[in-house]
Amino acid sequence: MTIPAIKFQHLHKHFSGVQALQDISLTVEQGEFFALLGSNGAGKTTLISILAGLVRADSGSAEVMGHDVVGDYRAARQLLGVVPQELAYDPFFTVRETLRIQSGYFGLRHNDNWIDEVLFNLGLTDKADANMRELSGGMKRRVLVAQALVHKPPVIVLDEPTAGVDVELRQSLWMFVRQLNAQGHTIMLTTHYLEEAEALCERVAMLKQGQIVALDRTANLLKNGGELRLQISIRPDNLPLELISRVVHQSGNTYTLTMKTPAELEPMLAQLRLAGVEIENMALSEPDLEDVFVQIMGRS
Amino acid sequence: MIGFYTLLYKETLRFWKVSVQTVLAPIVTALLYLLIFSHVLAKHVEIYSGVSYIAFLVPGLVMMSMLQNAFANSSSSLIQSKITGNIVFVLLPPLSYLEFFSAYLIASIMRGLVVGAGVFIGTLAFTATRDVSHPLWILLFAVLGTGTLGALGVIAGIWAEKFDQLAAFQNFIIMPLTFLSGVFYSIHSLPAFWILVSRFNPFFYMIDGFRYGFFGASDVAPDVSLLVVSACFVALSILSLILLQRGYKLRH
Ligand SMILES: Nc1ncnc2c1ncn2[C@@H]1O[C@H](COP(=O)(O)OP(=O)(O)OP(=O)(O)O)[C@@H](O)[C@H]1O
Ligand SMILES: [Mg+2]
Repeated sequence: MTIPAIKFQHLHKHFSGVQALQDISLTVEQGEFFALLGSNGAGKTTLISILAGLVRADSGSAEVMGHDVVGDYRAARQLLGVVPQELAYDPFFTVRETLRIQSGYFGLRHNDNWIDEVLFNLGLTDKADANMRELSGGMKRRVLVAQALVHKPPVIVLDEPTAGVDVELRQSLWMFVRQLNAQGHTIMLTTHYLEEAEALCERVAMLKQGQIVALDRTANLLKNGGELRLQISIRPDNLPLELISRVVHQSGNTYTLTMKTPAELEPMLAQLRLAGVEIENMALSEPDLEDVFVQIMGRS
Repeated sequence: MIGFYTLLYKETLRFWKVSVQTVLAPIVTALLYLLIFSHVLAKHVEIYSGVSYIAFLVPGLVMMSMLQNAFANSSSSLIQSKITGNIVFVLLPPLSYLEFFSAYLIASIMRGLVVGAGVFIGTLAFTATRDVSHPLWILLFAVLGTGTLGALGVIAGIWAEKFDQLAAFQNFIIMPLTFLSGVFYSIHSLPAFWILVSRFNPFFYMIDGFRYGFFGASDVAPDVSLLVVSACFVALSILSLILLQRGYKLRH
């Protein structure tokens, strides 16, 4: 058995009155692409901060590649790259100086080849010699991503790396991260763009008020958790009573209805026919991760 | 070790890039003190026989500038990093507590020494005669004094959460202790009570010992001063390391 990339065991953490994490146990294997999801304040950043040694747990343990983040902090930190959620930068330095200094902290000299590659992949090549102050918010976030990667860490954790980043870069950032994952790096990310998580991550944990409320492969969550959606526009705008309990959304004469299985479609259409209602437009959609997320968060 | 050198390099570059504010300004301030005090008091005081007041004043001013700037360097660097959030860049890497502390400490000592050397050179414009009877003592007290204040700055920078807390530390602890340490006078010219009070001020020993290096004369024996200053340096360094090791106010 290989050593897990990330391992949390029975973590508890409270901040003056708030129980931020409650008995979190979670293992991420090497090479996984993992999403940590949850609403604002669910505890994602706290969990990541404990892994990074920025926050100390009240009890329980956290390990990076088998190294305890407290007892063996130097080894653990050397193997971990973290993109923090909060935008931070040092106004005294240029982008390149920032990355050289960050490399030095991790014991690396003469790291310019890799720095150039990272800059290129994050679309920062022409900003290499710009002072950090002169960058836009999205560019500062890219530098934050670059700083986490200077030492080619086997475990990479990204806390909302795409917040405030434009579409183009979001795509190239994910392409780069995918490439790193393909090369064997373990990725854990948080994001509020659930379609990103759905497209990228093979496994998902959902946090709610400091507890894990779902933990499964993305495919399983989609298969088991979600309901199908039927969107119809009808005329006259007169939905049969039997269907009203299925409505999750309405705008004008367009209704979104849920159903558990495709087998329920035919009886629904029959009810419409019976009521003499004509369908102008119809679309059937699979549940996406957002539907599953909303459902799980609402349930527990 | 590369991690330590990098942090030291960064901390040095940080003050050097804004040296007008961090080096030149304190030199000018110290020279203004010298100008004013020497004009007002020169004719009235002779503290050690054969030493003019202005010559007496020079080592005290040099030391005062060194101490204040050593403190300012580590404390302001840490609080700025905490407030802007870029402290994470030094908290995430595998730097040991000792590496972290030493880098901030040595950068502070360096800033203190650069400012001290600047003030000293500046004073040559005011007095040509210059006694340097024990240069090694001068260097020893310069390093230990700036080291002590650099360590105190690390502690203050870790503890303070806002700039005004740091300013309070500076205005209510550092400033009074430096001014009441005999920069501008010999404590023997004070009433008995204040002599006693001065004996409890570690800054007094820093300045007195430093001055001994110049004139070969001092208010207390230089080895006593050396002992007191070394003890302060060691105590504050240990306290800094304990705070860093516990992650006090840095790792929540
Ligand atoms: N330093 C702190 N001091 C006090 N409370 C804190 C601190 N950090 C986090 N909390 C609290 O802990 C809880 C979890 O916060 P956390 O930042 O981990 O949430 P999150 O899941 O990352 O949210 P978001 O999606 O908004 O980033 C929240 O209730 C938050 O208010
Ligand atoms: Mg967060």
